Amino acid sequence: MSGTNAGVVVVGGGQAGFSVVQALRGAGYEGPVTVFADEPRLPYQRPPLSKKAHTEPEGPGVDLVPESFYRERDIDLRLGEYVAALDTAACAVTTGSGERVPYEHLVLATGARNRPLPVPGAELAGVHALRSLDDALTIGRALTTARDVVVVGGGFIGLELAQVAQAGGARVTVVELADRLLSRAVSPQLEEHLRERHERDGIRILTGTAIEQIEGKDGQVHQVVTGQGPLPADLVVYGIGATPRDELAREAGLAVDDGVIVDEQLRSVSDPRVFAVGDCARHPHPHADGLIRLESVQNAIDQGALVGRRIAGGAAGPYESLPWFWSDQGPVKLQIAGLRASTDEVRVVPGDSDTPERLAVYAFRDERLVAVETLNWPAEHLAARRLLQQNPPVSPADLAGSTLGALARARRRKEVRA
Amino acid sequence: MPIVIFELPDGTQRKVTADSGTVLMRAAVSNGVDGIVAECGGNASCATCHVYVDDRHSDLVGPPNDVEDEMLDFTAAERRPTSRLSCQVQVSDALDGLVVHIPEEQV
Repeated sequence: MSGTNAGVVVVGGGQAGFSVVQALRGAGYEGPVTVFADEPRLPYQRPPLSKKAHTEPEGPGVDLVPESFYRERDIDLRLGEYVAALDTAACAVTTGSGERVPYEHLVLATGARNRPLPVPGAELAGVHALRSLDDALTIGRALTTARDVVVVGGGFIGLELAQVAQAGGARVTVVELADRLLSRAVSPQLEEHLRERHERDGIRILTGTAIEQIEGKDGQVHQVVTGQGPLPADLVVYGIGATPRDELAREAGLAVDDGVIVDEQLRSVSDPRVFAVGDCARHPHPHADGLIRLESVQNAIDQGALVGRRIAGGAAGPYESLPWFWSDQGPVKLQIAGLRASTDEVRVVPGDSDTPERLAVYAFRDERLVAVETLNWPAEHLAARRLLQQNPPVSPADLAGSTLGALARARRRKEVRA
Repeated sequence: MPIVIFELPDGTQRKVTADSGTVLMRAAVSNGVDGIVAECGGNASCATCHVYVDDRHSDLVGPPNDVEDEMLDFTAAERRPTSRLSCQVQVSDALDGLVVHIPEEQV
């Protein structure tokens, strides 16, 4: 079944899958390229979905590229078609409609799915999670009339949606089980500022609070019963994490552990013809101690591009892109560069009197800067991304009384003089 | 609708028809112009949609806004007096015939 004419099959039409095919054709790959995208619409950007209320039925213009992009590059984009099974021995996939499609290289870019809300009443009308554009439209329409919104989960999506709902005039309560917001993702120092900012905007935040059940009237959500009492609600939005869609790989016998396990080339450790990229891949990284799985646009784009270039035969080293991330929460632009896990020293620099909304949190490990969190300071974030990839590493002493922006400018001047 | 010309680092030109009111980055991406990465989707977060406005048109396009101005100090390719982030440039009929140059590097 396999052979040089079988080409590349990409499973998944999100940011990562798109990045694979863009890089394949960009690097001159001439074999057949087929993408299975289970949603019946052109691949689109997800970040905008949680940053404003979407109400236009035809969609908010978030397509990654127009249809002509695929046609001009001879990419067989199968919208609304999913892959039901994977036969790695025969190098072929079987689609939901029973078609068998051979491959020379297979790329799994299947993404993640939302964790379901495990409480009674989660099935009531007016209780939603956000992942797809359809979800965003459902929530956007509900927000036009909602008065009391309960956001379950104080993560990135939850906080972004809380600000969207608040801006739309609803009373908003965020309920988080952990004792702080974004507990796995940001430092306590940043969290404190962020929380204060959201509360100043009128968003009520209940941390350390469990949801016991959701109660309805005539099948429609009516209130949310929490460990701190009932909250009125005509709309509940939950964002309590996601799990990788790795079942195709698991059923095919590939190594899977909360994500498809790949090597530094993003190849399945079980089968060199199979790659995994984006949210569904668990991979090594030079900045991490063990294997990690990242859910971010940066990771999806960079991993997809690396695999596309590699299959096309172009130069591609191991995957070692600097992780970075952003979350726009109403008036707050939060950005993270680097991996924050296991840091031993943290320094906080607030903005000056002209820029009181700014904040930077620098995290060090063994006297080296490893991660930088910023609020409303994109220039400092960019400086962090530059410096985190340069030698020598930034030490706490380098940053004494300074910012990364100032340090980056000084280093650049030195380079120019040298 | 205004026509915008993107000149790639190798000198080739891509002429695209842009909708008035859209941003320059969007016009490039939706026409498949290589070299405008726009990782953040147009939120002035990533500086991967850096362009050099042609000298003849830089007055017409105008200077960067404050946030953009600071970010332009940290673009992958060198900053020049005509540097802009294309996600922050609104296309209008007045920009018909605009030429922008795409730098070698974005990330």
